[in-house]
Amino acid sequence: MEIAVVFLPLIAAVVAGFGRRVVGARGAEIITTATLGLCAAMAIALFYQYAGLGQAATIPVLDWINSGTLHLSWALHFDVLTAVMVLVVTSVSAMVHLYSIGYMHEDPSRAKFMAYLSLFTFMMLMLVTADNFVQMFFGWEGVGLASYLLIGFWNHKPSANDAAIKAFIVNRVGDFGFVLGIFTIFALFGDLQFSNVFNAAANLHQARLFYLFGMPFDAITLACVLLFIGAVGKSAQLGLHTWLPDAMEGPTPVSALIHAATMVTAGVFMLVRISPLLDLAPVARNIIVVVGALTAFVGAAIAFAQFDIKKVVAYSTMSQLGYMVFAAGATAYGAAIFHLFTHAFFKALLFLGAGAVIHAMHHEQDMRHYGGLYKKLPITYVLMWIGTLALLGVPPFAGYFSKDMILEAEFAGGISFDTFAFWVGVIVAFMTATYSSKVMFMTFHGRPRYDLDHAHDIHEAPLTMLIPLFILAAGALLSGWLAYDYFVGEHHALFWEGAIQPKSELILDAAEHDPLWVKLAPTLAGLLGLLLGWFCYVKEPDLPAWFAKTFAPLNRIIENKFYFDKVYGAVFAAGAPLLGKLLWRYGDIGIIDRYGPDGAARASSFMGARLSKLQTGYLYHYAFVMLMALVMLIVWLLFGNRMGA
Amino acid sequence: MIPANLSVEHFLIVAAALFTLGVLGVFINRKNIIVILMAIEMMLLAVNLNFVAFSAQLHDLVGQVFVMFTLTVAAAEAAIGLAILVIYFRRLGNIEVAEASQMKG
Repeated sequence: MEIAVVFLPLIAAVVAGFGRRVVGARGAEIITTATLGLCAAMAIALFYQYAGLGQAATIPVLDWINSGTLHLSWALHFDVLTAVMVLVVTSVSAMVHLYSIGYMHEDPSRAKFMAYLSLFTFMMLMLVTADNFVQMFFGWEGVGLASYLLIGFWNHKPSANDAAIKAFIVNRVGDFGFVLGIFTIFALFGDLQFSNVFNAAANLHQARLFYLFGMPFDAITLACVLLFIGAVGKSAQLGLHTWLPDAMEGPTPVSALIHAATMVTAGVFMLVRISPLLDLAPVARNIIVVVGALTAFVGAAIAFAQFDIKKVVAYSTMSQLGYMVFAAGATAYGAAIFHLFTHAFFKALLFLGAGAVIHAMHHEQDMRHYGGLYKKLPITYVLMWIGTLALLGVPPFAGYFSKDMILEAEFAGGISFDTFAFWVGVIVAFMTATYSSKVMFMTFHGRPRYDLDHAHDIHEAPLTMLIPLFILAAGALLSGWLAYDYFVGEHHALFWEGAIQPKSELILDAAEHDPLWVKLAPTLAGLLGLLLGWFCYVKEPDLPAWFAKTFAPLNRIIENKFYFDKVYGAVFAAGAPLLGKLLWRYGDIGIIDRYGPDGAARASSFMGARLSKLQTGYLYHYAFVMLMALVMLIVWLLFGNRMGA
Repeated sequence: MIPANLSVEHFLIVAAALFTLGVLGVFINRKNIIVILMAIEMMLLAVNLNFVAFSAQLHDLVGQVFVMFTLTVAAAEAAIGLAILVIYFRRLGNIEVAEASQMKG
């Protein structure tokens, strides 16, 4: 069953992708969706087996690399952590497959789309079931590829192609760190299999040092930081986050599956997977906490100035990923995975809800052209509110449990970095509430700002799109309090046993003893933000414009997304061609061509010109040369031996 | 049969002189191509003379038979050479050696 759950999506992708002329678009939709439904059902059974009963197993599939001291095999490692991820991936993927049938029904190449979605699911499952770093890297790159294909799916739009390439290239930067991290691990332990590496790390009594530019670095810290750079790329953390908002060029189901629920959380998953290493690297953990906290803040701040409904949700994803990352950095791994779990449901719900709105509005994404839609789209309206309240952390919705837990753990962490992350987290909770409610109020409340002539064809989404929304809404409602006890509550130590470093979970126990105001602060911040959102976008709609004018410099920074894109554009996007041009002009043409092929050509033509002077064309010259040569040959034949002796 | 008052060296000297004349005819001649052809014929005849001289000296007829072959080949060669020359003249209008330098680079 473990093998089936991982490889069935691949088979579905191959059948739907290569056999789409045989099975047709409808066939491809049915095959992939049914397969993913089956996988989701199997994932629930596996979840019961591995998470419920607390088993762990490694299922070998094939030998892969056997070279010197490096032995790697394709193997599926199942434990609690994997089971949680497999459940999230397959269930959200199944919902998104079903939703795509409705959302993409007008697209001529929807069979290809379904194939890509299934391929992505396979790669993601490969990533989470990986037994060693290299297999994880395979899945890591595989999801990157699928993400590239899907962001650029509407390849008739130049902006989609640009966004796809940007996502791919920015992720390469992170992957470079990841690869170096893997090399470091191998250099350090001579092994890449997770359990072997973790055992070796636990038995490492003395810190190993690596020298870089003559400076000593703790090897495990170095490895953790490098691996974290990989997570920064994949999970859109500050510095390498610029690809995520642009990735919204892809169809909305893609955004929900890849850029909210699964792929972007791969970085968080990886950090939790290497928790035994992170435990030994407090410096790396502090870096992770600070980067995560800054990401949460910057994402939330930029979201204020966005009017594209998907971009707001994208920046909110970035912000929430920041939460997960700083939770992992503060060793609250259970809380990080818990938030990943609940976030997958409510953020997929928000994205798919936004997709339903976009679908109804004929692919208009600007919220300034929405307004008053709650009468037209009542079901979507209610479902989106569930997702938003879950995101805000309002009890009893899912986000309340996980976000609160992260912040409580952060407070309990005690060191200054953790406290910093706690305060940033509370502020971001407030900001999140404000901009999320802005989405809801601008879209569904107020006066209609769309073209009233088309008002009659704004209609609720078809059933294939609403069913996934209902199921995800159920997840957003229930996943929090159902899973709370096991993920972070009283049973958490038993639940995570064998998958996450047990001693790190002390922080979750300590979080139980936080003062009351710490437990209430995130919720209060969320409610206050909601109130502010209501005040700004319903009660006094002129207020945001007044804010923007009064704090113009601040507004400009936020509108320009903290100038990340501008700086990267000027330094890397413009710098690389410039560097290339310099190297081409002076390196290639100036040196290599000049002294290489061009030089050889010029030298031979120069010599040829000299040599051709010898060819006079006069018969007697040739005859003379022949004769002299003959004479010399004869002389050599007659006297050569004697002269040689 | 070599006459009594002559030895084979006399014949060789004449042949060498003839050969040298032929070589010089090729090199020094700046006039026309027919002279070159004739000079080549002369070198061949010098070689033939050597053959005949040695044949008489050694009482071996093979040398004289060989001369017949050489003469035949020389005749054929002269015929071809003259034919080429005729064509050459038709194309270029002269047979000056100094003008015949189309093969230079």
